[in-house]
Amino acid sequence: MTVTRDDVIDFIYDEARMLDEGRFTEWLDLWLADGFYWMPLDYKQDNPHDMTSLLHEDDFMRRLRVERLNGERTFSQKPKSRCHHVIQRPFVDEFDPEAGRFVTNTSMHYVETRLDEQFLLALTATHELNLVDGQLKIANKRVDLLNSDAAFGNIQLLP
Amino acid sequence: MGRYTDNPAAVAALVQPHQVHRDTYVDREIFDLEMKHLFANTWVFVGHDSQTPKKGDYITTQIGTQPVIMVRHSDNEIYVLLNRCPHKGTKIAIDRSGNTGKFFRCPYHAWSFKTNGCLLAIPLKKGYAETDFKEGEASHGMKPVGAVKNHRGFVFARLAQDGIGFDEYFGNSLSSLDNMVDRSPEGRLEVAGPPLRYMHNCNWKMLVDNQTDTCHPMVAHESSAGTAVRLFEQANWPEDKPKPMAMEIIAPFMSPYEFFEEMGIRTWPNGHGHTGVHHSIHSDYSMAPEYWDAMVETYGEERAGQILGESRHNTVYWPNIMIKGPIQQLRNFIPMGPDKTLVESYIYRLVGAPDILLERTAMYNRLINAPTSIVGHDDLEMYERAQEGLHVDGLEWINIQRLHVEDEDFDEEAVENGTTERQMRNQMHAWSKFMTMSMTSSQEAAE
Repeated sequence: MTVTRDDVIDFIYDEARMLDEGRFTEWLDLWLADGFYWMPLDYKQDNPHDMTSLLHEDDFMRRLRVERLNGERTFSQKPKSRCHHVIQRPFVDEFDPEAGRFVTNTSMHYVETRLDEQFLLALTATHELNLVDGQLKIANKRVDLLNSDAAFGNIQLLP
Repeated sequence: MGRYTDNPAAVAALVQPHQVHRDTYVDREIFDLEMKHLFANTWVFVGHDSQTPKKGDYITTQIGTQPVIMVRHSDNEIYVLLNRCPHKGTKIAIDRSGNTGKFFRCPYHAWSFKTNGCLLAIPLKKGYAETDFKEGEASHGMKPVGAVKNHRGFVFARLAQDGIGFDEYFGNSLSSLDNMVDRSPEGRLEVAGPPLRYMHNCNWKMLVDNQTDTCHPMVAHESSAGTAVRLFEQANWPEDKPKPMAMEIIAPFMSPYEFFEEMGIRTWPNGHGHTGVHHSIHSDYSMAPEYWDAMVETYGEERAGQILGESRHNTVYWPNIMIKGPIQQLRNFIPMGPDKTLVESYIYRLVGAPDILLERTAMYNRLINAPTSIVGHDDLEMYERAQEGLHVDGLEWINIQRLHVEDEDFDEEAVENGTTERQMRNQMHAWSKFMTMSMTSSQEAAE
């Protein structure tokens, strides 16, 4: 398979649609097993180890998060939340079909709602994508919230 | 004036030995009185001195709802000042932290103050020459709080000018804080990054109560901890592969009631107490060998064993913080309104200990206490449902009767079954004490 810029950009759009439609189990399959989903706490935080983050989740934690969303006794998801991503066309910051390595930078507005509450987050997502067996996979994903240092209520789904 | 102002008898009547009235959680007037009395008469956590390591470094925070600045003065001491200019009221600093150099300067009219609050200079000072300005409170500069104590890096303050002393207020409960600091081979902690900030639409006391509520984890957290245990079992994890650190942290939440019964709860006078007297959910954390060696080097084998042998779970320092000694975490439950609480969860580095310990602590904080936490989500869901449910008029009392016995004496330290609600009763006993100690009844006032 020859990967084009459009393939890379379509992948980012497809992921956002998958999350908005609540297809979280499918979303897990987009990932490489050793990838991390990172949401820093501090503006321009450079590592997830010596201070805390909002999220820094490996395969086990991602599966746990999604399994919990599917669970019967997940009280904070009775009723369930819904989410909505509006994304700007991704920048393809690195495009290396030879190495099968691509990096995108995408601005998004993320809306999450449950019962009568709704909130908006502005964010920049950085995806590292690798081509594995002819398919694009998420090697790492970093989500920088514009107001990462603000006090939030529950953020229950996946910005 | 409403039902409770200048009426200490009515306030005290809200707390009975086995139940408390819902007004303590939902009523605006009670909340305002808490800010005026409870948070003025008690010793309240302000910050850690490693947040202001250099002269002129400051942080802004709140004692109750009172905005304050914690600052390191030129004599290297920590001062806590009310965050308003004595001139027109402008807040002197509004960033969460910074360095002000040798003095604070109000951005409105350039009144300036030394970092201990003393008035340094006023432009056009001659305009006050013919007045009695020097007699007034504005001439004293930025007002300090009533009293400040830096206990091994942890800074507490009492707003009231007069009142209970630090040592008498905390007593033996300081053993938890001391144990947390002793876990550093150098006897020193350093704050590690900014806190997680999590807004809760509930009363601040719901969070405090939950710290020693040992009957909720296996119920409220089944969706996270229970699912973790199940996923791990299904994974057929190879025996020689290290268990995920997340499992070590989250799985003990599913321990059975017996585990929590046997772990024990200790209460101290003035509303302090802790879970995990004999063991806790933190007992079985793996140990880095080089850490043990460093501890033995400093303390000797026996003392190092004693320090690390403590696995106290949650220690509540009344009114509004909780610390976890074994993972060097502090959670500050900052009251914003009767139904609004800002939770700031800090972590600290054990100076001289290997980095892996801080990594576990950082992981614990985000897994359990972040706004994105799958554990925190269910806690907050319970608090918010309770905050709404308490408005039901048909039932007005909150039951805290579990393992209650007649004539409990909260002025005595006690160790009991780990599922007792004695600590919640202890807290509300202290609530009543520090709420009413500075209230005068309107009857007395009239006399």
